[in-house]
Amino acid sequence: MPAVTETIDTVQSVTEGAYKWGFETDIEMEFAPKGLNEDIVRFISAKKKEPQWLLDWRLKAFAIWQKMEEPLWAAVKYPPIDYQDAYYYAAPKAGPKSLDEVDPELLKTYAKLGIPLKEQAFLAGVEGAGESPADARMPVAIDAVFDSVSVATSYKERLGKEGIIFCSISEAVQTHPELIRQYLGTVVPQGDNFYAALNSAVFTDGSFVYIPKGVRCPMELSTYFRINAKSTGQFERTLIIADEGSTVSYLEGCTAPMRDENQLHAAVVELVALDDASIKYSTVQNWYPGDAEGRGGIYNFVTKRAQCRGRRSKVSWTQVETGSAITWKYPSCVLLGDDSVGEFYSVAITNNRQQADTGTKMIHVGKRTTSTIISKGISAGRGQNTYRGLVRVAPTASGARNFTQCDSLLIGDQCGAHTVPYIENRCMTAKTEHEATTSRIAEDQLFYCRQRGMTQEEAVGLIVNGFCREVLKELPMEFAVEAQKLLQISLEGSVG
Amino acid sequence: MLRIEGLTAEVEGKQILKGIDLEVPAGEIHAIMGPNGSGKSTLSYVLSGREGYEITGGSVTFDGRDLLAMEPEERAATGLFLAFQYPVELPGVGNALFLRTALNAVRRARGEPELDAMQFLKVARERLKALQIQEDMLKRGVNVGFSGGEKKRNEVLQMALLQPRMAILDETDSGLDIDALKIVSDGVNAQRGPGFSALVITHYQRLLDYIVPDRVHVLMGGRIVQSGGPELAKQLEETGYASVQAAA
Repeated sequence: MPAVTETIDTVQSVTEGAYKWGFETDIEMEFAPKGLNEDIVRFISAKKKEPQWLLDWRLKAFAIWQKMEEPLWAAVKYPPIDYQDAYYYAAPKAGPKSLDEVDPELLKTYAKLGIPLKEQAFLAGVEGAGESPADARMPVAIDAVFDSVSVATSYKERLGKEGIIFCSISEAVQTHPELIRQYLGTVVPQGDNFYAALNSAVFTDGSFVYIPKGVRCPMELSTYFRINAKSTGQFERTLIIADEGSTVSYLEGCTAPMRDENQLHAAVVELVALDDASIKYSTVQNWYPGDAEGRGGIYNFVTKRAQCRGRRSKVSWTQVETGSAITWKYPSCVLLGDDSVGEFYSVAITNNRQQADTGTKMIHVGKRTTSTIISKGISAGRGQNTYRGLVRVAPTASGARNFTQCDSLLIGDQCGAHTVPYIENRCMTAKTEHEATTSRIAEDQLFYCRQRGMTQEEAVGLIVNGFCREVLKELPMEFAVEAQKLLQISLEGSVG
Repeated sequence: MLRIEGLTAEVEGKQILKGIDLEVPAGEIHAIMGPNGSGKSTLSYVLSGREGYEITGGSVTFDGRDLLAMEPEERAATGLFLAFQYPVELPGVGNALFLRTALNAVRRARGEPELDAMQFLKVARERLKALQIQEDMLKRGVNVGFSGGEKKRNEVLQMALLQPRMAILDETDSGLDIDALKIVSDGVNAQRGPGFSALVITHYQRLLDYIVPDRVHVLMGGRIVQSGGPELAKQLEETGYASVQAAA
């Protein structure tokens, strides 16, 4: 079925509001006591049977956090958050097990979300047993994080044969403590910012990936985050290390039930790319955005950063941000290695009362480092959308290049688009370029589509997808279709 | 098929159409000629349902149904097609996707099964070939970077795909060289038949050498001031609109 038509069907199938992922799973959970203090930090660490050094690391982060203040510089408004009025640990009672033993309720939940946790039979085909062409699609290895814990990771064995480690970060702490100790917090230190410090103190799970030297990861790796429990924050931590000459493509997706309360999601993602390594990190962020009046929705306060440590290393961030009541997120690249490359492709949609303050930082340190920023912001309803980006070129980065393009699209007359670029160039031989446009969906474009038989919403979807094309084409195939659907759903009711 | 009675319409408070009466029976092609500012484009937008045009009186029926009560997309679904004087650019939207979305929207409204990408491509290729249009037109963004002639050919391609029962061609000949004019005309003539009508709006007689109309109407000052057979177009070419005005 064509993507756009499929999108329309999806929209029509949505009966309760536009958010079809808003259901809740009834499953027996274990909570830490509400609130946040040193004991909670110790509780989480003990639950995870962590070594002393990691507990100390968490406690140090907690001490730093207590002295910090929430950042207020972003162009977003929300009432003060009571950090004592939330659970910092919520996990299904049964605990993580092997794929075959996962609670059927959880499997059902992920199936409902369209996430296949079961390794598909055609994997056998890959290894030489009767592969039919219809099954020739690449499998995706998935780590499923449910509230505070990873509940399952698929294709571990297959990946293990290449020496690839793909597991939950809690598991990696047990099985590969030397890697965790070597890399954790080296890209985003504990005291980096308020939310990173909070995350460092109470992170509960997330994914860990290590790609050995010279290995090209044979399948997409993916983590699917799900917030389910009430009054719970999700604090996941992801660490990806691409050793010399390796390549990996990683995707993350996320959803949450519809609730009137706001829930906090404060994640940290650290990427490390060594010589000639390449990491592609794609996000389709679809946390519950709240209702049309702005009630409920996730506060998505996330720190994502990559270090291109090696020469000729490359990191590419692609994000499609359609969900969350508030998004505060700046996936960044620190380009240390000579000739390293950073890329940021972003689509951010704000509809109804959603607010997004998002962008990137490209820090050029190595010689001849290059970065590309393509940002597409779409504001509808009463949404507020800010691109905030920093391009910093150090005196050492001779011959560095940056190209930035920020386009904003306005739908309706009650929304806002803002572009706040910072450029700090301290190198004579470096070159930075910035282009920005703001436009509306023109009446003649809509009429043209409608005269050809499309409904208003179909027309908007088509035009918006066209506007975002440069970014959407960076997504892996399966995600591109999903993202197009999301764009359409996110904009439902934004016109007319 | 199309019946317009006493139609009056305003744009921004200014009356442009001052009482149009016109009937286009099924299977006929009618030409509407007139000088600039006579209301030709307004008539095409009013018929296709564009916003910003206020209908102050009269009626329009299409197969007995009240056309003016329908949304633009409903009019398209019942088989009304407007070939735009200035086709609109849609940056980033692939022409193939646009055409398929439009075709499927119309097919859905008609209760016909939708076409998947492969089925669509097959149909599109046939039409392209018949119209002598290069296939790479499908791969480009909708009208983006198209020459004037390419834009008009793209309009005719859309018409050939959507198979309307009534096409309004709004100055489709403007900005066309003779080769493009021929391709566009051939496209329209190929549709000709008992189930297809057209309203060809033009300033010049030239197009009517290629698309020979059953009737010609002269629109001036928001009214149809003269009607006749194809010979009326030739006569206008020789004597100009001023003579009609003097006579009217």
